[in-house]
Amino acid sequence: MTRINLTVDGMKVSDDVEPRMLLVQYLREKLGKTGTVIGCDTSNCGACTVHLDGQSVKSCNVLAVQADGSAVTTIEGLAGKDGTLHPVQEAFRECHGLQCGFCTPGMIMQSVDLLNNNPHPSEQEIREGLEGNLCRCTGYHNIVRAVQYASGHLAAAATPTGAAEEVTPA
Amino acid sequence: MIPAQFDYVAPTTVEEALAALRQYGDDAKLLAGGQSLLPVLRMRLNAPEWIIDLGRIDSLRGVREDGDAIVIGAMTPHSVVGSDPLVAQHAALVTKAVAELADAQIRHRGTFGGALAHADPAGDLGGPVRALDAEFVIAGANGTRTVSADDFFVDLFETAISEDEILTEVRIPKHTGWGAHHEKMVRVAHQWPICAVAATARVEGGTIADIGIGLANMGNTPLRAGGVEEALRGQPATEDSVRAACARAAEGTSPPSDLNGSADYRNHVVQVMCRRAVMGALEGAGA
Ligand SMILES: Cc1cc2nc3c(=O)[nH]c(=O)nc-3n(C[C@H](O)[C@H](O)[C@H](O)COP(=O)(O)OP(=O)(O)OC[C@H]3O[C@@H](n4cnc5c(N)ncnc54)[C@H](O)[C@@H]3O)c2cc1C
Ligand code: FES
Ligand code: FES
Repeated sequence: MTRINLTVDGMKVSDDVEPRMLLVQYLREKLGKTGTVIGCDTSNCGACTVHLDGQSVKSCNVLAVQADGSAVTTIEGLAGKDGTLHPVQEAFRECHGLQCGFCTPGMIMQSVDLLNNNPHPSEQEIREGLEGNLCRCTGYHNIVRAVQYASGHLAAAATPTGAAEEVTPA
Repeated sequence: MIPAQFDYVAPTTVEEALAALRQYGDDAKLLAGGQSLLPVLRMRLNAPEWIIDLGRIDSLRGVREDGDAIVIGAMTPHSVVGSDPLVAQHAALVTKAVAELADAQIRHRGTFGGALAHADPAGDLGGPVRALDAEFVIAGANGTRTVSADDFFVDLFETAISEDEILTEVRIPKHTGWGAHHEKMVRVAHQWPICAVAATARVEGGTIADIGIGLANMGNTPLRAGGVEEALRGQPATEDSVRAACARAAEGTSPPSDLNGSADYRNHVVQVMCRRAVMGALEGAGA
């Protein structure tokens, strides 16, 4: 067992874990954060995406011990304390960027990372930025629209004049 | 899904890591970003008793300039290498290859040294480091030694790093002002190439003054398209000369045949991709 201390969705946690425990297992099984899901065995699908010290990672491909000392944000930590949805969550709802919803936690976490690095991505940049996240339902169309919508709304929030281009839900 | 049990150490210096390697020997495996090793452990293709995590060794991380070379620490994540201005200025081929490697999440965790030490013949970085004449700095019990890119790759998943050694950094001679292009063919997004060609060139007065070309997934190790390079040095930077020279791109290759394509197919397509890569590099060099 190895002692780890980290912050998960703003909460300090400390646990003894087996070194082989994956971060996604730790989140789901130890902390009950089942919002983060497992969709594959090969680190291809991206459903398990969380932020580790502000950067997106596939939590099935990180050991919990590697996250010692770090801050983790999961889909459960994205909304405001009062339940206000994050603009990207809001955009997925508004544009219906999901069908079964299984890929959605990872899609949203990766979309937030994408917009952090590139607030005004082109459609091509959105598709490339989400290449590590697979969706078996939507054909990606509404997911791309949701990211465009969020991009416009995040920019509008940042610039009160709302200069950014508006994308309306399909 | 879950790796077999192992014990874990996370040293904070290269010396401590080397001592751990000496102590646990054959039973230990180094962990860099884990983006290749963790899938291997999860599928139980390997079950080391000890994992030595290099992630807490700060000295292995970062990009710096050292005279006429750019030095990339082994533990520098792909995302950092890919956005580093020094790398973009002096080794543009690396910037271009990293941009097409895996996906954003994998690039945040996977490291430059880890990918090269893993020595997957389909890896995206082997071609570029060969084309750029990079050198590998390897630390062991008796200090460090330097190995050329030509000698670093030994066989499938096998490098010049021995079991008691650690790759610490990769030195890339500055290729300032050289054009660069990475041509990668994939079946699906965010995956290893079926075949990839990495080309970088310097043009002087319309003539190809110098050129480096590396190939991925065309043999057990990343290869250098020496025949094409030889045919192009001193030649006019024109499509005709490039087309003629790239007919030699499959010389000396021994590509795999797999579900993505036969060896014959790869030997054909590499010539086409070589032409595109070289034309792209020449354009970048102002030809
Ligand atoms: C879904 C997915 C898609 C991918 N797509 C691509 C792709 O398109 N192109 C591509 O090139 N790669 C791809 N990769 C692999 C990626 O590049 C990995 O980052 C890389 O292969 C391994 O780097 P790492 O730092 O994660 O090393 P690790 O996985 O931690 O280690 C890999 C191996 O190298 C050894 N090692 C690591 N560091 C050192 C060192 N300093 N000294 C000695 N030995 C060391 C380890 O012991 C281990 O055997 C992909 C991976 C995944 C999961
Ligand atoms: S569960 Fe992590 S990538 Fe699929
Ligand atoms: S909505 Fe079903 S997998 Fe994406």
